[in-house]
Amino acid sequence: MLSLNNISVGYKGLLAVQDISFRIDEGEIVSLIGSNGAGKSTIVKTIAGLIHPWQGEILFKNAPVHQAQPYDIVKMGISMVPEGRKLFGRLSVLDNLMLGAYAVQSRADVEKHLQSVFNLFPILKERQGQRSDTFSGGEQQELAIARGLMSNPSLLILDEPSLGLGPKLVSDIFRIVREINARGVTVLLVEQNVYEALEISARAYVLQTGRIVMEGQGRELLKSDHVREAYLGM
Amino acid sequence: MPDQLLQQLADGLLIGLMYSLVAIGLTLIWGVMNIVNFAHGEFLMLGMFTSFWLFTLFGIDPIFSIPICFVGMFVMGTLIYRFIVSKVMKGPVLAQLVVTFGVSIFISNLAVYFWTPDFRLLPATMLQGTWQIGGVDLSIPKVAASFGSVIASVSMFFFLKRTKTGKAILATEMDREAALLMGINTERINSLSFGIGAALVGVAGAFLSTYYYIYPQVGGLFGTIAFCVVALGGFGSIEGAFIAGILVGLAQTLGGFYFDPSYKYAIVFMIYLITIWIRPQGLLGW
Repeated sequence: MLSLNNISVGYKGLLAVQDISFRIDEGEIVSLIGSNGAGKSTIVKTIAGLIHPWQGEILFKNAPVHQAQPYDIVKMGISMVPEGRKLFGRLSVLDNLMLGAYAVQSRADVEKHLQSVFNLFPILKERQGQRSDTFSGGEQQELAIARGLMSNPSLLILDEPSLGLGPKLVSDIFRIVREINARGVTVLLVEQNVYEALEISARAYVLQTGRIVMEGQGRELLKSDHVREAYLGM
Repeated sequence: MPDQLLQQLADGLLIGLMYSLVAIGLTLIWGVMNIVNFAHGEFLMLGMFTSFWLFTLFGIDPIFSIPICFVGMFVMGTLIYRFIVSKVMKGPVLAQLVVTFGVSIFISNLAVYFWTPDFRLLPATMLQGTWQIGGVDLSIPKVAASFGSVIASVSMFFFLKRTKTGKAILATEMDREAALLMGINTERINSLSFGIGAALVGVAGAFLSTYYYIYPQVGGLFGTIAFCVVALGGFGSIEGAFIAGILVGLAQTLGGFYFDPSYKYAIVFMIYLITIWIRPQGLLGW
């Protein structure tokens, strides 16, 4: 579905990610794990079109997308929930969701996506008129994911969805990610919460200082000495 | 004496509503979108001259020039954004400031070059004369402009709160990157906002041309007052700017009445300074 081939990218002349290749198949949950500054966010921003690679190509459903603008990438079916949620705080929950469906043309489709999102997150339906900045951290993350789903993506990218949440909320978020995947959405998960991420992932890539150092099936990586030492503190 | 006070209040209200109308476009560009536009006053001047020449050359009454000013200034606004302002949007705010300041000097001097620095007045147009209501004289062109002001403010309010494009404008201002991820073409939104801001001040110019002197430097005073009105009303607040415009108008006439007419602008800007000192976000800002 998505493949990155020999991507190198950075900011302001500083190389952050070097010669990276990976792929995501339809229906999978794939994790990108690694510590702070490993280049995870840079990679997902490149996929979303917020920055463009210096070298290499990105193919989505066999079409090159690495030079496309973010608003066109959304229309192709890739949606990204950014790190830190980036909600429109002064707008209501419903406004945030409707902006998530900005690229959707038909009103009937918008309504359909809204119902399916409300079905997944009943609390958002109850509190749709509330300003989103009055929400707690966990609720904000749910809203951010819901907003990301409003464009009805075939690939959903979640950048650090569990960041700053307590253990109970973290497992809620992972349960939701699984549920979304079960509904047919392919998921690329960027996480520092390595254990939980690997548990639910079909495959994962381990990133270290801008390079992929390991890849494999989620549960396999959980058993690897390198991952256990470096990310799980075992 | 109470009649005189009533007259001052009425005048202040009418001038104030004109200020609101001049400022409403800037509220969108600067207050909501956070793009500095120092050429706002010059856009007003262009609107006034458009109305003047349409009347002088073709006999088109200013009231019919309003849609022409709206469309013409919209096109000019988007072009100025696309070819000049957008180039410096990624740079520091100072760059926007200097660039739009340059645009304002260029436009007003070009106007001097083509039309001389003379003061002009439109002869009797369809909007003329005064109404007398209970001993108070109301100038008809000013009343018409006030209606325009109310309509523009209410439309802008609902445009931002109720329409998809309006919400995209708010989203773009709050978080450009998040807006891009929603599928919003933020550059198009910026250029649209700049265009609407210019179009509205063009309309203000058409109204103002029916009773005010038309000259190339007219934008200086009105532009400064518009900045003051937006900041006083509060960033991002349409209703705030609307109220602030009226306050400025009232402060000007009542201040002139009770102290001395030569202090009227000093009083206006003093109120502005005091408000900003106590409430930096403005009256109704976030």
